[in-house]
Amino acid sequence: MPEDKEGTFEEEFQIIKDSLEELCRETKSLSVLLIDKAGQLITSAGNVSSLDIPSFATLSAADFAATSNLADLIGEHDFSTLFHQGARKSIYVSLIADKVILAVIFTKETTLGLVRIKVKKTAEKLANMFDRIFQTLESEYSGAVDDEFISEAETELDSLFE
Amino acid sequence: MALINYSSKEINCKIVYYGPGLGGKTTNIKHIYSKVNPENRGKLMSLDTELDRTLFFDFLPVDLGTVKGFSVHFHLYTVPGQVYYNASRKLILKGVDGLIFVADSQIERFEDNIDSIENLDDNLAEYHKKAEEIPLAIQYNKRDLPNIVSLNELEDALNPRGVFSCEGVATEGIGVFEPLKEVSKKVLRKLR
Ligand SMILES: Nc1nc2c(ncn2[C@@H]2O[C@H](COP(=O)(O)OP(=O)(O)O)[C@@H](O)[C@H]2O)c(=O)[nH]1
Repeated sequence: MPEDKEGTFEEEFQIIKDSLEELCRETKSLSVLLIDKAGQLITSAGNVSSLDIPSFATLSAADFAATSNLADLIGEHDFSTLFHQGARKSIYVSLIADKVILAVIFTKETTLGLVRIKVKKTAEKLANMFDRIFQTLESEYSGAVDDEFISEAETELDSLFE
Repeated sequence: MALINYSSKEINCKIVYYGPGLGGKTTNIKHIYSKVNPENRGKLMSLDTELDRTLFFDFLPVDLGTVKGFSVHFHLYTVPGQVYYNASRKLILKGVDGLIFVADSQIERFEDNIDSIENLDDNLAEYHKKAEEIPLAIQYNKRDLPNIVSLNELEDALNPRGVFSCEGVATEGIGVFEPLKEVSKKVLRKLR
């Protein structure tokens, strides 16, 4: 069914995006980012225009990985959430389905307690979906692009990396 | 897990520079940073220790732009070479799509290269069932120095898979883009 491939996860992706926007609104947070464990942004909600997203995503993933190594050292399996408190802005980070990182950036407009409850709700809602998505991705991530894409991409690469 | 295409419009490729400490990984990334059109790259980020050695990694995002509706991004990372940072090396290998091994050609670093490539194999084996399928290229760096191991000997010790390899002088930008191009293309071809 080649037509189905075109829209791989398009529907799920929309649900994820909507859930993040809802979370952002309900918690009155600045922004919400969903990041994979390799440090790549999946999607975001809220205001991210002033944020260096690639750096933020990379450091969040590294932060989580470093803390799970720390957890190991004291005999814990993982720390499922991290909280960094600043004078004006804070970051609450949690792990969904053991696979993706949800980061919420918020100010004094809201409270940690509210963020925590709403994040938990969102995580529960999305966990099953992520399990399904990752299972499919692991079984067939190839076939996403065609020969024409490859040859155009290679031409671009040649001129970018001269 | 290799490339992920969550929205079917974004392609993110994670490429990691691996190799012994002070072999020239950061120099490679800095050269790329200085040569790539600023519109196509983000900030170069370094997480250094106070000793000015890379603790976690250097990180450089590079955008290929939009190709047939896909927006293609390459994320380049270096890992710290020092033996005692294996935990952070391992975490950077998470989700890696392509690898460039930067070997130090100097005679006194020969063993360090071998240790490092063995350490790479060990670390990859923990995450990936088929580590040998991850695109890899090797740069034999510091060819400008006088006391270096011959190319044959290096190939023999470090390249049993017979992957793409080339000589490099990273400080002068020689042999920097070739392995990067090679690996990037292989990574994209794997998506087909
Ligand atoms: N002579 C020479 N020195 C190099 C070359 N590449 C890197 N270096 C030097 O080697 C040192 C370590 O390089 P660096 O990139 O920090 O190594 P890393 O630890 O692998 O990231 C620096 O002083 C570089 O200037 C090269 O091709 N030739």
